[in-house]
Amino acid sequence: MSTAAAEIRDEAPTGDGTRTSGTARVRRTRTRKPWTAGQILLTLLATAVATVFLAPLVWALFTSLKSETEAVEVPTHWLPKEWTTQAWSAIFETGNITNWFVNSFVVSVCVTFVVLSVSALAGYGFARTEFRGKKALLGLVMTGLMVSPAVLGVPLFTTVQQMGMVDTYWGMILPQCAPAAMVYILYKFFQGIPRELEEAAFIDGAGRWRVFFTIVLPLSRPSLAAVGIFTFIASWNNFLWPYMVTNNPDLMTMPNGIATVMNSYGIQWAQLMAGGLMAGLPLIIVFVFFQRQIVAGVAHTGLAGQ
Amino acid sequence: MTTTSAETVIAPARTRAAAASATVRRKQGFQHGAWFVAPFLVLFALFVIWPLLRGLYLSFTDANISGDATNFIGLDNYREALDDPLVWESLGHSVYFTLLVVPCITVLAFLLAMLAHHIERGKWLWRLCFFAPFLLPSTVAANLWQWLFNPGTGMVNHVFGIETAWLTDKSYAMLAVVVCTLWWTVGFSFLLYLAALQGIPAHLYEAAKLDGANAWHRMIHITLPMMRSITGLVIALQILASLQVFDQAVVMMDFLPGPEGSTRTFVQYTLEEGFTSYRVGYASAISIIFFVIIAAVALARMWLLRNREEGGR
Repeated sequence: MSTAAAEIRDEAPTGDGTRTSGTARVRRTRTRKPWTAGQILLTLLATAVATVFLAPLVWALFTSLKSETEAVEVPTHWLPKEWTTQAWSAIFETGNITNWFVNSFVVSVCVTFVVLSVSALAGYGFARTEFRGKKALLGLVMTGLMVSPAVLGVPLFTTVQQMGMVDTYWGMILPQCAPAAMVYILYKFFQGIPRELEEAAFIDGAGRWRVFFTIVLPLSRPSLAAVGIFTFIASWNNFLWPYMVTNNPDLMTMPNGIATVMNSYGIQWAQLMAGGLMAGLPLIIVFVFFQRQIVAGVAHTGLAGQ
Repeated sequence: MTTTSAETVIAPARTRAAAASATVRRKQGFQHGAWFVAPFLVLFALFVIWPLLRGLYLSFTDANISGDATNFIGLDNYREALDDPLVWESLGHSVYFTLLVVPCITVLAFLLAMLAHHIERGKWLWRLCFFAPFLLPSTVAANLWQWLFNPGTGMVNHVFGIETAWLTDKSYAMLAVVVCTLWWTVGFSFLLYLAALQGIPAHLYEAAKLDGANAWHRMIHITLPMMRSITGLVIALQILASLQVFDQAVVMMDFLPGPEGSTRTFVQYTLEEGFTSYRVGYASAISIIFFVIIAAVALARMWLLRNREEGGR
């Protein structure tokens, strides 16, 4: 137990710093290694699989650089004969795409902020404090794992309607802010933090809140990062709830806006692909920069090692 | 004499103090615990529990879209739902979709994770490649594959030199949705597997190597057993997510139920009844039926897990 505590304490202040330098060192020694037959085979295999995985995206990119008439030419071809950014400029001129982008951003940032705050508090409350009815409430939260807008969309909509939040930011944001799954993940994680760490602080006279903010939260940074990133992805990509709660083009988020463009103006494939890539780009950039933290975070939450 | 009297005085005082601090701690625990969970519980009550109860109530009425419960009609909605062929058909589509997607995703995610874990060069690149589709909104993935499956102008038929009417033939439409889903969502399970693979202690492999186990043996005797619980989690998450499929199917079919209704999923049918036919009472009833099915699946998983744990120990 005490060694585990020491490990966590060691890791906490530097966060990913120690791990990064560790992997960097490993990588440096590895690049000196000669190519083995096994590695060559694996790399070839990975290249083939990656090609299949990326082909649709590359196809979308090329389509977005064709003219609308060339996009629907039969027989189809990969590379544009005439490269043009006309589809890209068209989505900015004709659509509300900047609006949708801002909406997506505002909604996702708010949802992520609220979800992180409330689920960290609740996860800790369930894991480490005692209060009457805790078991029953925890059971109720487990019920929540099975309820989503997909399962109970119609009653959820009428509820939100009753509150007068249809076609508002509130209506889009708040119903996404009670994810039982995130509470459950953090609850599991907090349970794994050695009690000795907290008890030492209690003896020094720190209260629950102090312990939570100065000891527990800093230790949980990787887990919170994973929860935050997955919440952000889910919210940015959420289609069903915004689809139900708003018909107002000024309030739509990227996924909805793009889906309706296709619906009402007939299909402009080049534009659609350009818009789709626009919608996907921010998260891809985020992932490129944070992927190590994401994988480490998933490992840390205990999600992967349940 | 004095010492004993002092002890008799001190001892109860000590226990009294201990008891007092215990109650204080319990009280504090109660207050703080309640405050910690309160913000979440407010949101949870408003947007999960209340809609659930409201849905239950509405399911016994003939409410319309404005949410006014006009008449209490008892079990009529449920009776109608059980006789409604579209309820069973759409549920069948969701289950069919789940049966196709879950095994494929589990195997594919595991293989991709093994590949990305064991390859030494450019790890970040492979991770990015396999995870990137998951970063797209579902509507974008669906539009993209709708475009790829387009019979005349799409790349799928072009690459394979075939002329399949993927999106308009009822025997292929759901398959097209499945392919799109595999490509789009495998990254999530891939990441879970990758994290789990990294979590296997290296000394297990080193010990096995010393004992002369080859790569195959290490895979069978270390990796696969260590992956058992994560596989359970991946399957459970995928079943729950797949039963709730909606986005891809609906967008790929231009917001219609697909050729001869062959891609109409359960969620889609619920929303059709609620928002297109304005029958909120009836839609609530089938939502509740769906909730019960999902809950049954989740409970079955918990039961299985508990049995296995008890059997294992």
